[in-house]
Amino acid sequence: MTSTELATRERTLSLLGGEATDSNLRRYLHGIPGVDAVGLEQRAAALGTRSIKTSSKKWAIDTIIGLIDLTTLEGADTPGKVRSLVAKAITPDPADPSCPRVAAVCVYGDMVGDAVRALGAAHTTPAQPGINVAAVATAFPSGRASRAVKLADTADAIAAGADEIDMVIDRGAFLSGRYGEVFDEIVAVKAACARPDGTTAHLKVILETGELNTYDNVRRASWLAILAGGDFIKTSTGKVSPAATLPVTLSMLEVVRDWHRLTGEKIGVKPAGGIRTSKDAIKYLVTVAETVGEEWLVPELFRFGASSLLNDVLLQRQKLATGHYSGPAYVTID
Amino acid sequence: MTRLAVPKTYKLYIGGKFPRSESGRVYPVTTKQGDFLANAAKASRKDARHAVLAARAAVSGWAGTTAYNRAQVLYRIAELLEGRRAQFIDEITASEGSSPQAAAAQVDEAIDRWVWYAGWADKYVQVAGNANPVSGPFFNLSVPEPTGVVAIVAPQAGGSLLGLVSAVAPALVAGNTVVVIANEAMPLSAISLSEVLATSDVPGGVLNVLTGSPAEIAPWLASHADVNALDLVGAGALDWVDLQIQAAETLKRVLPPENGPDAAAPSLHRITAFTETKTVWHTKALI
Amino acid sequence: MNFLDYAPAPESKAILNLRNDYGLFIDGEFVDGTGTPFASISPATEQQIAMISNAGAADVDKAVAAARRAYDTTWSRLSGSDRGKYLFRIARLVQERARELAVAESLDNGKPIKETRDVDIPLVAAWFFYYAGWADKLEHAGLGPNPASLGVAAQVIPWNFPLLMLAWKIAPALAAGNTVVLKPAETTPLTALLFAEICQQADLPPGVVNIITGAGDTGDLLVKHADVNKVAFTGSTAVGRAIARSVAGTDKKLTLELGGKGANIVFDDAPIDQAIEGIVNGVFFNQGQVCCAGSRLLVQESVHDDVVDRLKQRLSTLRLGDPLDKNTDIGAINSAAQLKRISALSDIGEQEGAERWSADCAIPENGFWFAPTIFTNVSTSHRIARDEIFGPVLSVLTFRTPAEAIAKANNTPYGLSAGIWSDKGSRILAVADKLRAGVVWANTFNRFDPASPFGGYKESGFGREGGRQGLAAYLAPASTKADARTDTPKISARKKAAQ
Repeated sequence: MTSTELATRERTLSLLGGEATDSNLRRYLHGIPGVDAVGLEQRAAALGTRSIKTSSKKWAIDTIIGLIDLTTLEGADTPGKVRSLVAKAITPDPADPSCPRVAAVCVYGDMVGDAVRALGAAHTTPAQPGINVAAVATAFPSGRASRAVKLADTADAIAAGADEIDMVIDRGAFLSGRYGEVFDEIVAVKAACARPDGTTAHLKVILETGELNTYDNVRRASWLAILAGGDFIKTSTGKVSPAATLPVTLSMLEVVRDWHRLTGEKIGVKPAGGIRTSKDAIKYLVTVAETVGEEWLVPELFRFGASSLLNDVLLQRQKLATGHYSGPAYVTID
Repeated sequence: MTRLAVPKTYKLYIGGKFPRSESGRVYPVTTKQGDFLANAAKASRKDARHAVLAARAAVSGWAGTTAYNRAQVLYRIAELLEGRRAQFIDEITASEGSSPQAAAAQVDEAIDRWVWYAGWADKYVQVAGNANPVSGPFFNLSVPEPTGVVAIVAPQAGGSLLGLVSAVAPALVAGNTVVVIANEAMPLSAISLSEVLATSDVPGGVLNVLTGSPAEIAPWLASHADVNALDLVGAGALDWVDLQIQAAETLKRVLPPENGPDAAAPSLHRITAFTETKTVWHTKALI
Repeated sequence: MNFLDYAPAPESKAILNLRNDYGLFIDGEFVDGTGTPFASISPATEQQIAMISNAGAADVDKAVAAARRAYDTTWSRLSGSDRGKYLFRIARLVQERARELAVAESLDNGKPIKETRDVDIPLVAAWFFYYAGWADKLEHAGLGPNPASLGVAAQVIPWNFPLLMLAWKIAPALAAGNTVVLKPAETTPLTALLFAEICQQADLPPGVVNIITGAGDTGDLLVKHADVNKVAFTGSTAVGRAIARSVAGTDKKLTLELGGKGANIVFDDAPIDQAIEGIVNGVFFNQGQVCCAGSRLLVQESVHDDVVDRLKQRLSTLRLGDPLDKNTDIGAINSAAQLKRISALSDIGEQEGAERWSADCAIPENGFWFAPTIFTNVSTSHRIARDEIFGPVLSVLTFRTPAEAIAKANNTPYGLSAGIWSDKGSRILAVADKLRAGVVWANTFNRFDPASPFGGYKESGFGREGGRQGLAAYLAPASTKADARTDTPKISARKKAAQ
């Protein structure tokens, strides 16, 4: 264990008042104040009515592009498809070189090598920030596999050059109250994110909020993932409906805010799936800014997991640049 | 040879006890013809104040009983009235100068009216309350609740028992506590009703009966800040507009004087007049 | 680039087509008043919006006479379903002109456009829609068969929700078959006068709705007018008390919606983030100028510090400024007089030893503004814990047990509203039972709906507005229309003095 990991473990033990057993975790997670769904949704709706105009809007649109994890997670994915995704990630708008690049591409583990090769010099290196490669792992999206398989899945992606791992939690274990198991698995996956050079890939923990169902569960799962050492908490795989919603994301941001109050540490949030328009994405930016603060609007702390969002944002960007509305023929399909 | 009767001392009824007026005053109660019947206590403003204190102290207990329990306790009054029927007929015959038949009819009607009101205890909330279909994810319910302490000037015309019952029963059935100023000229049945209450399960302080001059006492009740409502049903001969003006100082709920044979006629309105509609919203969500 | 400095997004005033002068709306027409006209100004800029007629005694007589005539000759003879159709028309016209009304309301009152747009005006339409449907169903209002309308209703409304209060008053009155003379507050007459235009567009028979503008003396003339049968007032307890005195001895039916000092009770198991939002919404909605505001925060001692911390953090994100800006959370205080009262009571709070904290927001140069303010270390004996401040000022008190919370919540002559925040259902219901308040919001606050009765206990007034109960306030049971009341009440010296 690294010294940071040791420190994280120490703090978690002290917060829980003991080892991360089912009962200690249960006591802790169920001691967190509950969520009233009506009030939460009302607050999210109010945030959604904020108005962004002109200069703020241009800034917002470029910020959104820079926060996107451009994603392809299909059974039909091929090296060719991944190359074309990467090309789009590097040059979202071929007609406008001033257009920023996305934060990362997000692919299945076996596609990591293709993505790294396609990125070439655009790939993040220790010396040069660039586009990251994120890999979904741990038997994504269901998570129904043995611990060994999940860890091997993670290790493979790391070995292939992934910068970020998007793991899924075991929702079955969570919903049946086996919090210790979920906790241990996150800790183990985090350990598997270690590279030989001593650095560690960023770990995003997917809660799959659509299956957790209640806001109380979302909040508890968020705390659990953070306690276990997740760097990011992420709403969804995109394979379950509902995926990301504004109230769910707000609820997770509130946990992140409370964690920051408690420890001073900043955890990232990634809503994924279902965010398709720049209008929606702006609502998320507002929600982030008003809940945790604008300093969270950086790729290290906030991401959009999306595929079709990018094109809508590009259309808006063109509208801002030219003053007239653009059309789908003026953005590339992938 | 006739037996020498033992006459009753008529006193006030405050907080479940039968005190004399703190002022030491009494006034003679006579027959229609002016023959002496008894001395009634002549309540003072301090007696009124004590009565309000007793009534206030009794509010939470009485309002807090279950409606079913309150219905039974009130129904029990009717049972006890029935048992004392002869006594009430005698008193009414003597003090109101009515025929025994008319007195009996009055007592019977009073008992029946009491039964009618008692039955409302666990129903008026259903009839006067409702669920509200608000547009939004909310449980929303409106229910009437007792107003609190109600001061009543009982009807002062003939029919002293029926008038008293018609005025106090609806206020009590809702869960209010009551300070009532009895029929000044014919207070005997009011005191006897108090004796009925004292031997019933109605907690002390729920009904407080003052005998004496409404003109003297009513202003103190109308202006008392800890009285929530004022029923002027029997105040027609008083300066009742002034009483209403005094009641306005603390925004009391006020019912106006009524005269004639239909005064204080039985109605749900008399119950709900001294209730407050409380509306409770609660969020409603599956997740 | 500071993203949260949203670019100004003011709602355009171009949608308004205001006149320079407004007359009184009597018998279906705008006419000049006999009093000296007064200016209605925007509290955000202190600039004049329009000149408004001032109704004197002769105008009040004329308006009441018009309402009486309309009652006798048309409105009381109309079928319920026809009355309903007029109200439906009005509801639709309000919806059609919603944006215009929202802008006018924000301009005249100073409240944020997001409130007028999302709360006030939609509720106005909803209110008319709801009561429109009642007009032909009066036998189900709870007063037995064939309930009778009362006649002419005199209605005096406050400045905090100008058009919404108009709707609360006019919709049930008309549905029940009454005609009305309504006086809006002198600082916020604008939307009532736009509503008069709506009545014209709806082709409402002349005299059914009359709107007279003026100050307190006009209202006084109206409620004391011998030919009105119903008085409905929303406003301060002091004025309500005077009205209750003035109707003593008359047959006028009275509804009063008066002041409040609502307790918002936060238990240690509350859904904390929603509770914070509820506290904010409870006392900073409409700059706290709400009679049912949750102006007393009763928070369980064990979570006091956490709640206050979170509250301050949240208040720091509120935006104070141009009411017409869509991103404004806190608008202007309605008048210089109100601002003075808020400031004075807040200063007293400090003098009494409470700890004052105000959100750090820039206050515009012109207009009337007050930054959101919290007082901690408040005792039940402090004036800021007892007096209605009617501004964006929250007094924080603590409690240790549910019984103490209830006792403190009820320790006031008022009894309008209360809030309860807890995750424990049985406790919520038990506390709701024991609170002496007409509206109790559990895990929410400041929700309004035409189907939901609203009104106070104790000195917060009597009668209900909204729902079936609100309709009953404008009806009499068939049998008691000519009841057995004393014909010739004695008029006392005090009564004469009160008049």
